[in-house]
Amino acid sequence: MIWFFLLSGLFLGWSLGANDAANIFGTAVGTRMIRFRVAATIASIGVVLGAVFGGAGVTQTLGALGAVNAIAGSFTVALTAGLTVAWMSRSGLPVSTSQAIVGAIVGWNWFTGSPTDHGTLITIVSAWVFAPVLAAGFAIVLYRMARWWLARSRLHLLSLDAYTRVGLVFVGATGAYALGANNIANVMGVFVPASPFRDVTLGGALRVSGTEQLFLLGALAIAIGIHTHSYRVMTTVGSQIFKLTPVLALIVVLAHTLVLVTFSSQGLQTLLHSLGLPAPPLVPVSSTQAIIGAILGVGLIKGGKGIQYGTLGRVALGWVMTPLVAAVLSFVLLFVGQNVFELQVVAR
Amino acid sequence: MTVLFRRTRELEAQIDEYLDLIIQGGMLFRQGVKCFLEHRSDEFEVRLQELRNTEERGDMLRRGIESKLYLHTLIPESRGDVLGLLESADEVLNVITATLLRFSIENPELQDDLNPLFRDLADNAIDTVEATVSGCRAYFRNLAAVRDHISRAQAFRGEVNRIAETYMRAVFRRELRLSHKNQLRRFVTHTEQIAEDADDVCDRLAIAAIKRYV
Repeated sequence: MIWFFLLSGLFLGWSLGANDAANIFGTAVGTRMIRFRVAATIASIGVVLGAVFGGAGVTQTLGALGAVNAIAGSFTVALTAGLTVAWMSRSGLPVSTSQAIVGAIVGWNWFTGSPTDHGTLITIVSAWVFAPVLAAGFAIVLYRMARWWLARSRLHLLSLDAYTRVGLVFVGATGAYALGANNIANVMGVFVPASPFRDVTLGGALRVSGTEQLFLLGALAIAIGIHTHSYRVMTTVGSQIFKLTPVLALIVVLAHTLVLVTFSSQGLQTLLHSLGLPAPPLVPVSSTQAIIGAILGVGLIKGGKGIQYGTLGRVALGWVMTPLVAAVLSFVLLFVGQNVFELQVVAR
Repeated sequence: MTVLFRRTRELEAQIDEYLDLIIQGGMLFRQGVKCFLEHRSDEFEVRLQELRNTEERGDMLRRGIESKLYLHTLIPESRGDVLGLLESADEVLNVITATLLRFSIENPELQDDLNPLFRDLADNAIDTVEATVSGCRAYFRNLAAVRDHISRAQAFRGEVNRIAETYMRAVFRRELRLSHKNQLRRFVTHTEQIAEDADDVCDRLAIAAIKRYV
């Protein structure tokens, strides 16, 4: 039965892979700088590695928001997030898996009468506001650096093309790792307390925890989503808000990656703490929000003429709607699950 | 990755070589016209043959560059502009060759006292081509300099138009057969066309450079 319940998480992972990989490799594939098969393979490997080796920190924060303690509850919460993502996507609204899962967890707290940690909720919501702003800031700085360097390096157009391709592959791989590390909590975080996996030791040396195995399963679902459904999204992304050249795409993806790393790297957090500096919280931020913030930053510094403000308005509406829709839908589905299907959605 | 960079370097070298051929073609035209005006017909024919060989080599090189750009899907965003530039630059080399060939076929009776003016016309037409080629090189390596080269090319082209008008006015004031006047006019127009075609390349270049700005 537990494997059936995990299916909703895998569905959510699949939809995350189908939508969010386009943020990383969309422009590169859309402009034919990188072939889809190459992009999908790199993204899949990056996501799997990031999820397994870097996903723990963000998961703890989600756990602090609301500890979904029954497997049927986890199933419903993940299913709600998946349905919200699918529904909003069909409505043409850019959607964040992070916002959907947080909304669904708050809905679970609301339905079960569990307390919502307001401090954690405020931290997460603040990060959602701050992430696109930070991405825009990173993109502006990177854009200025790139212009300065390009003006001085006198690189041949063809050499620039070759360096951009290599850059897109490396930054894309890093972005995929960061996406896996930051967003695996959205997919599998709610199943951690009820994980069916036990710790195993491979070859007498390599210890793989149950959580890592769970994350690997979620990451594989993301990878399948990337391979099966992200091509169409990849080939249309990038030109919706502001038309990007390959160099601008590299800048935007790098800014997006820096934001995801900022909000998911335990190493960075430890380093900043040791230096006595304020460290960013480890929270699941939206890959879509980060990429849109970065595109907006580049668009603004280029004079803001090519920005599609109508699309931007729809994006903002999606950001407000997603957690609200997810919270309400979660409440409704939990009610149905408990009262119609007699599922135990909370352990008392 | 090594293959990618090696292929890139090879193609860069081929594009440079192609632009060199256009410069060479211009120089051969300049020398050819000089030989014709000084009635050194053997040397003129040698220059013409060299120019035809240069044009042929240019055609082959351009086709090779174009097919490699497509085959390896290089510079996807700028490929259309680059191919357009190479093709319109090739048109300039074709017109240079065709014009010198007309001298060989028609052997026009140029007016000796107007020869310095015709040489000036040919020089300025080739100066337009050279400034245009410099602009094309800058498009690949130094975008900020493109505008300066285009301005130079346009200034040379203006001079070509002015000299051509002066030459034609002088010819049509003379007591010559109308057919002779028309023949001389055509030679002036053909030489002027070299600068016109180079100017067309500059127009493409200006747009392509704006599109390439990061």
